[in-house]
Amino acid sequence: MNTLKEAITNNVRRFGMIIALVGIALLFQILTGGALLTPLNITNIIMQNSYIIILAIGMMIVIITGEIDLSVGSVAAFVGAVAGVLLVTLDLPVYIGIILCLLLGAAIGAWQGFWVAYMNIPAFVVTLAGMLLFRGLTLVVLGGRTIAPFPGEFRTMSSAFLPDISAGELKLLTLLIGGAASLIYVIYELQQRRAANYYNFNTTPFALFVSKILIIILVINAFTFVLSQYQGLPVVSLILIALVLGYTFVMNKTVLGRHIYAVGGNANAAKLSGVRTKKMKFLAFVNMGFLAALAGLVFASRLNAATPQAGQLFELDAIAAAVIGGASFTGGVGTIFGAIIGALVMGVLNNGMSLMGIGTDWQQAIKGLVLLGAVAFDVLSKNK
Amino acid sequence: MSGFILEMKHITKTFPGVKALDDVNLQVEQGSIHALIGENGAGKSTLMKVLSGVHPFGTYDGEIFYRDELCEFKSINESEEKGIVIIHQELALIPELSIAENIFLGNERAERGIINWNETILKTTELLKKVGLNINPQEKIKNIGVGQQQLVEIAKALSKDVELLILDEPTASLNEEDSANLLRLLKEFQGQGMTSILISHKLKELLSISDHITILRDGQTVSSMSMEKDEVTEAKIIKGMVGRDLANLYPERNAEIGDIYFEVKDWNAFHPLDTGRQILKDIHMNVRKGEVVGMAGLMGAGRTEFAMSVFGRSYGKKITGTVYKEGKEINVKTVDKAIDNGLAYVSENRKEYGLILMDSVRKNLTLANLNSITSKNLLDLHKEVKVAEDLRQKMNIKTPTIEQSTGNLSGGNQQKVVLGKWLNAEPEVLILDEPTRGIDVGAKFEIYKIINSLAESGKSIIVISSELPELLGICDRIYTINEGRITGEISAEEADQEKLMTYMTESGREEA
Ligand SMILES: Nc1ncnc2c1ncn2[C@@H]1O[C@H](COP(=O)(O)OP(=O)(O)OP(=O)(O)O)[C@@H](O)[C@H]1O
Ligand SMILES: [Mg+2]
Repeated sequence: MNTLKEAITNNVRRFGMIIALVGIALLFQILTGGALLTPLNITNIIMQNSYIIILAIGMMIVIITGEIDLSVGSVAAFVGAVAGVLLVTLDLPVYIGIILCLLLGAAIGAWQGFWVAYMNIPAFVVTLAGMLLFRGLTLVVLGGRTIAPFPGEFRTMSSAFLPDISAGELKLLTLLIGGAASLIYVIYELQQRRAANYYNFNTTPFALFVSKILIIILVINAFTFVLSQYQGLPVVSLILIALVLGYTFVMNKTVLGRHIYAVGGNANAAKLSGVRTKKMKFLAFVNMGFLAALAGLVFASRLNAATPQAGQLFELDAIAAAVIGGASFTGGVGTIFGAIIGALVMGVLNNGMSLMGIGTDWQQAIKGLVLLGAVAFDVLSKNK
Repeated sequence: MSGFILEMKHITKTFPGVKALDDVNLQVEQGSIHALIGENGAGKSTLMKVLSGVHPFGTYDGEIFYRDELCEFKSINESEEKGIVIIHQELALIPELSIAENIFLGNERAERGIINWNETILKTTELLKKVGLNINPQEKIKNIGVGQQQLVEIAKALSKDVELLILDEPTASLNEEDSANLLRLLKEFQGQGMTSILISHKLKELLSISDHITILRDGQTVSSMSMEKDEVTEAKIIKGMVGRDLANLYPERNAEIGDIYFEVKDWNAFHPLDTGRQILKDIHMNVRKGEVVGMAGLMGAGRTEFAMSVFGRSYGKKITGTVYKEGKEINVKTVDKAIDNGLAYVSENRKEYGLILMDSVRKNLTLANLNSITSKNLLDLHKEVKVAEDLRQKMNIKTPTIEQSTGNLSGGNQQKVVLGKWLNAEPEVLILDEPTRGIDVGAKFEIYKIINSLAESGKSIIVISSELPELLGICDRIYTINEGRITGEISAEEADQEKLMTYMTESGREEA
């Protein structure tokens, strides 16, 4: 009896944000009379929020190291502007332009990381300066004008879907990908369980293990099934999935990831344990710059234009997503998966309220309250 | 009146997975000094936190009577109002604030929200005089030593009209002189009618000062003795604490000592902020294979600074000198190079430099050697659990699971986690800075045994300690340091406390 209660409270803590996301989605599903969870709208939510998700991943890592980055919106805008110049004005091949832009982003990150990690200037100051600096440079590069349109290839990144391989009602390739992902997942879980048995650890009861796998398979396939009723998987969703898997892997499975958490947890102790704390912070910023560039490209591609106003308030959305997803400003905690959930909470809120016809004024106000409420819920449930 | 100022009855307190206190009773006589003793994790700190309202009423079972009145403290403020003040195991002073600001923090001398600084300074000066401190009240906490900080904590308690003072291991990080000073002060306050509860792992000081002793083991009261009526001896206390006799305080040693393995020559270093001040001067020292070398010195002599500057230049500026391993010069300019070259440094300050408190015991144990848990360059979490479990057993760390945050462990068990972490790094040269600070007698013995077995397996060990008996008990050879210089080098057979003391306070004398 007691253990059941414990199990429930434990799980509420662990999955609190997922439960909140599902709750918010259901709420808007009802309020919008079923308009939220249609194939078309789910596709929209993913495409509209792709750049926030990308930024949230980078922001989560920066916050884990105990720092913050306020410049990501300006950096995204600046990289978008440079992409405009490279691809439209100079007419460079698309992939060369993209690579140059990503390198530029990493270089910007290195610049900020240098000041934060090696010169000990507080990140708040460095990136506040960066926010002004790169917004200004965006205006310089664009000369105050908008550059458009981008070549068609460039737009694939944000607006295209996976090609289809059959002519049916449902997009077969998308369904197949869902099936393949399920299979890979099952194999992974079985491997983990085998390894645990090898070391003689207590594993979760078999029934629980199977039901967990079934639920996840159900979620994966429900997702691909719904999308396949519309245009199938958007190209950008593949980028997102690759990022999530890649970064989750790095943070959980590599020495680098463990060192990043250690820096945020206690920089002094980490340093005396042989962790290169400065380098870790530096890398977190380089990575943030890289992802900000990617987000800037996706955004420009989606807008099909490089504009001086691009990326405004992105930093706040990204920080909000990371914090809703479980990051703590003291550093040391947070997961990539959490960042995604946080970004989706913000995304569903935006989308749901737009569908209901709520004005942006109220949207802002409500988002502010939700941010506060979500984190308060989290903090209070942990204090119990 | 029962004559007891405090009676705690049937106190039970559980944390998720741990029963920290199990039906504990404690009776403290008015005007006495009452010692509370027990192994690491026995529940001493928890009991005092229950008493002072840190763990508020409702989170524990049982009753607290203070001056025969049933008390249900919901916060520290409520217990302080009654005159119960606790000085925690971990000092709670703010380094960037002045002594005066710290003393009156939360209790400011103010009228309508505006602080009266003159009164604050005046009162602080009075309080400092009472505890025998003669320093400027406006000095920042970070600029004074630990011993003085401890006295500031007491001054802070006095500022609250304290009737029952609780001190949780106040002397753990003090040297002998500062400890003696603090105990003298407690006696003096006792003369003025104050009651105190003293937690400590130093049996000698408890025997010398207290009137009553209560022993806790595994969250239960094992015995309560009066110094006058019962014949209290160290052996009796130890037996009560660990549940068996402990014949020797120091285990048998039979390591074979080999050639010089690790050597530091011409080592100089300057203060990190005030780079004109030389902290370490021409230090030469060496350790042989299988040897345990001690470093004795007063607080501020430069022992920790020496160790940290050698270990990856973690302390100091303008460092010069060379480090040799097996006669070859090695690079120890960064911590990871030092670790790669087989060095390990166990910090004296576990909270700040030893542990990531928010992380689990498992993650802390493996941090210094993540290579030990990788397979094909990736972290293998299963391997990690195995390694961590093994270390937990080897070090006898008391925790419900290795997933517990280290911040929730008792002080002594945290210390064991730090040691375990460095054992896992498999060092060749191990520098231990106050390795038994805050550790109970039983666990100390365990740690000495580990040190010995490391020496027997051919490692070289340097121990920094402020407890001279400990150095004499476990070392083969002892260096003394004073004001950044080596002032003596004595083999353990020739050394005794007095000799060490003279060298520690003398300057510049070299012993052949
Ligand atoms: N906040 C907490 N959450 C979970 N467990 C806790 C917490 N505080 C203490 N404990 C557990 O309660 C037990 C008693 O701890 P306590 O700190 O009272 O020991 P102690 O006697 O003071 O030991 P030491 O001599 O090492 O300071 C330990 O097992 C500890 O891990
Ligand atoms: Mg304690």
